[in-house]
Amino acid sequence: MTDQGKSAAPAESATLIAEPLFSEIVAAVGGQRPSEFRGQQRIVVSAQRLFDALSVLRDRYGFDMLVDITCVDYLNYRGATDRFGLVYVLTNTAQNKRLVLRCFVNDPEPAVRSATSLYEAANWLEREVWDMFGIRFEGHPDLRRILLPEEFTAHPLRKDYPLQGRGERHNFPVITRESG
Amino acid sequence: MAINELPDNVAITNLDRLVSWCRKNSLWPMPFATACCGIELMATGASRHDIARFGAEVFRFSPRQCDLMIVAGRVVMKMLPVLQRIWQQMLEPKWCISMGACASTGGVFDTYSVVQGIDRFIPVDMYVPGCPPRPEQLLQAVMDLQEKIQREGTIDGREFARRGVLEPKRALRENP
Repeated sequence: MTDQGKSAAPAESATLIAEPLFSEIVAAVGGQRPSEFRGQQRIVVSAQRLFDALSVLRDRYGFDMLVDITCVDYLNYRGATDRFGLVYVLTNTAQNKRLVLRCFVNDPEPAVRSATSLYEAANWLEREVWDMFGIRFEGHPDLRRILLPEEFTAHPLRKDYPLQGRGERHNFPVITRESG
Repeated sequence: MAINELPDNVAITNLDRLVSWCRKNSLWPMPFATACCGIELMATGASRHDIARFGAEVFRFSPRQCDLMIVAGRVVMKMLPVLQRIWQQMLEPKWCISMGACASTGGVFDTYSVVQGIDRFIPVDMYVPGCPPRPEQLLQAVMDLQEKIQREGTIDGREFARRGVLEPKRALRENP
């Protein structure tokens, strides 16, 4: 074995939350349908309880890091009952535990309470979800588009948005040889 | 005194051809490299392929010092106003090479955000196919452009005015 191989010890991947504690967390956040899939533990909470659940997980169970917020559009998905599924990925950095919190919102006006007061990282992540899916985060300090141009009107990662767009990219002036 | 026979070191031409000959051998490229084609563009400028052999080695990152824009890579709709502005900042006479499948047609990125060919919004002189094109293909495009400049270049840029009439305004026809 080379020196390089010795020094580069692989980072330990997150371990599962042990069973009595996991059930306690599920009860504490008011979660439904706790499940485990490929080493990830997931809990579904209602949109009303989402903020309180995040708050409890951060303050009482040490989930001090918000890794990601993303969204899935379940339009025309087989067996789906809700339109949008929000996904919050949390990490307990002290104990190296991960938890995926999911919450479903529906048309019209899909909205949840913003997590920016709990996690600073939520600011841009929520802006991205707003930009791509049009889910409003109540109480967000600056809910503007983050990736697309300001004048864009749609939310293009929704499944009812056409793949090639609605002509947004054709509104630019055409520069010809005689015009410069 | 009438000259019946020219000495060896004298050639006769007209001013348009003389100016075009100068211009074609000192193209200053503006590298508008947004994606992987930009890597091939760098390779073309480096020693192995050496675009300096064709008088086009002076890459300048200020559009005001350039006369050849090489668009290498995909252009998204947020980038297009920047591209147009840089093109307008370049001084006449100027030319444009659309390098690679993405810049020419959008390539595989037929989505809401990627411009489906920069020629819908700015004039293009040469298209280079490939994903990404080899440096040899880009050099071929430079050589073809040199031939085009020599063939139809004029000292006051009359050919640009003529070309503008012929270019269709494709963006206006496109299905939204």
